[in-house]
Amino acid sequence: MQADPRGVLTGVHFIDGDHACCEGALAAGARFAAGYPITPSTEVVERFAARIPTVGGTFIQMEDELAASIAILGAVWGGAKAFTVTSGPGFSLMMEHIGFAAMTETPCVFVNVQRGGPSTGLPTLPAQADMMQARWGSHGDYEIIALSPNSPQECFDLTIKAFNLAEQYRTPVMFMMDECVGHMTEKVVIPRPEDIEIYPRRLTRKPPSEYKPYEPAEDLVPEMAHAGNGYRFHVTGLTHDERGYPAMNAATQDRLVRRLKEKIRAAEDRLTFVDEDGVEDAQVIVVSYGITSRVAERAIEMARQKGVKTGRCRLIGIWPFPEKRIRALAQRARAFVVPEINLGQIAREVERAAGGHARTISVTHAGGGVHRPEDIFEAIMEAAR
Amino acid sequence: MQLTEIRTAGFGGQGVILSAMIIGKAASIYEDRHATLTQSFGPEARGGASSAQVVLSDRPIAYPYVTAPDVLIVMSQEAYTRFAPELKDNGILIVEEDLVRISQLKPTVRVYGVPATRLAEELGRRMVLNVVMVGFFAAVTGLVSPDALRRAVVDSVPPATRDLNLRAFDKGYEYGLAKVSTPVEETEQASMELE
Repeated sequence: MQADPRGVLTGVHFIDGDHACCEGALAAGARFAAGYPITPSTEVVERFAARIPTVGGTFIQMEDELAASIAILGAVWGGAKAFTVTSGPGFSLMMEHIGFAAMTETPCVFVNVQRGGPSTGLPTLPAQADMMQARWGSHGDYEIIALSPNSPQECFDLTIKAFNLAEQYRTPVMFMMDECVGHMTEKVVIPRPEDIEIYPRRLTRKPPSEYKPYEPAEDLVPEMAHAGNGYRFHVTGLTHDERGYPAMNAATQDRLVRRLKEKIRAAEDRLTFVDEDGVEDAQVIVVSYGITSRVAERAIEMARQKGVKTGRCRLIGIWPFPEKRIRALAQRARAFVVPEINLGQIAREVERAAGGHARTISVTHAGGGVHRPEDIFEAIMEAAR
Repeated sequence: MQLTEIRTAGFGGQGVILSAMIIGKAASIYEDRHATLTQSFGPEARGGASSAQVVLSDRPIAYPYVTAPDVLIVMSQEAYTRFAPELKDNGILIVEEDLVRISQLKPTVRVYGVPATRLAEELGRRMVLNVVMVGFFAAVTGLVSPDALRRAVVDSVPPATRDLNLRAFDKGYEYGLAKVSTPVEETEQASMELE
């Protein structure tokens, strides 16, 4: 399916990541957003609020992030594509409804423009310390999809991807920006609507008498029905059977929760999004994401000038974690260097996936700025020794 | 990779960010080069020192931050004091000469002064001083073409103020052309006098 031209601002723009994310959402077909303003994410919904009257849709500034995150789920079940936008403290408040979205298989997008935490932390300064929260923040077992852009252009492109993946896998998708990428301005090329591929909602073609709201298709994802078209459906956060009725017993729980996990886990190959360079014969591979991947580029260049064969594996998709890819790279390289603006979150995932075949060196930063390229460079040199 | 690093700095409210935005937009959209603009957010963005960084390149830009600017455009004393030490040895300093007193500057830095606020006032609106500075920057550095910058000005300001801003750009540009056509000794003399 192609993009609805009303939402596509075709042309060449010089805009920041927050604004580009908004344009990506509009191009993807988002016609509903609810939010509660919070630095450094506010510009996304600010632009959405300004643009949506001419595109056709709704923006609501809610009383808080709990309200914003449940309003979008209502909008999705009402037929819209919807998203909300926040940063650390707001993301914490949204956890309840991220779990509700995972359990009810509600396709939607949560944008988190990360700032320093915990708590109110550093409102205007960057961090990448919500990566594990994006994965594990809500209670219970579920899988999640998370993407991390490193430029305004990717904020546009990957927001569309986020919406498409949400529809395809019927899951909330976490769009993990950071303050640097959100507030960085670069050229953003927005294609023509006919060149933007949109994954449509998986609406059932079965007659109402045969439709079961949580009956999985071959890829384990169930089909949705349009409210008001005569289909019976029931949306509940309680453990439910294929009809959507609460069925609180171990057998139903086992079937449901394993499927929620498996529908994403089984698609790992299709959900592995990495940007690699020079990994084939690398001694050391730098694994990074978001703004840190751009700081790391300078360190990689410095190390290569010193004769160290240094590869780049930039994670565009963070969750599901690209385990198979990292495991394969671990067979070749001597070590991974993992810089990130937190005290070592994704580094442990890399270490786990490497399974002892390659060393993992975590280059931490507590937030409030970016790494000095020299710090990453030194870790590369240490790894090569 | 040839990178050109530019920093604009001044008070909040002087249009510091917009001036950087015009330069970045002109290079990236109208000259089809690469430009990355970053800015400092925070309490300082409202009132105190405001600053934006632009990196220009013919190739994609990985590391987006300015480490030692080739060009520093300053519109306040505070910004001068804070950012002048970062300038490259052979860098270019562009100052609002009525607002900035130059001291303790590396002797190899080339200095160009413009009374941007006064020139803007002559046009009837003091607020266009930032666009006067951009016009002046175009003339003295030649880093971005005046044509691309004029188009970026048109794109970046409210429609009702387009003509005013274009006049501001031209005023700064012409002032700059006159300045660079004078012999270097005189320019240096002028900057000495500023001290």
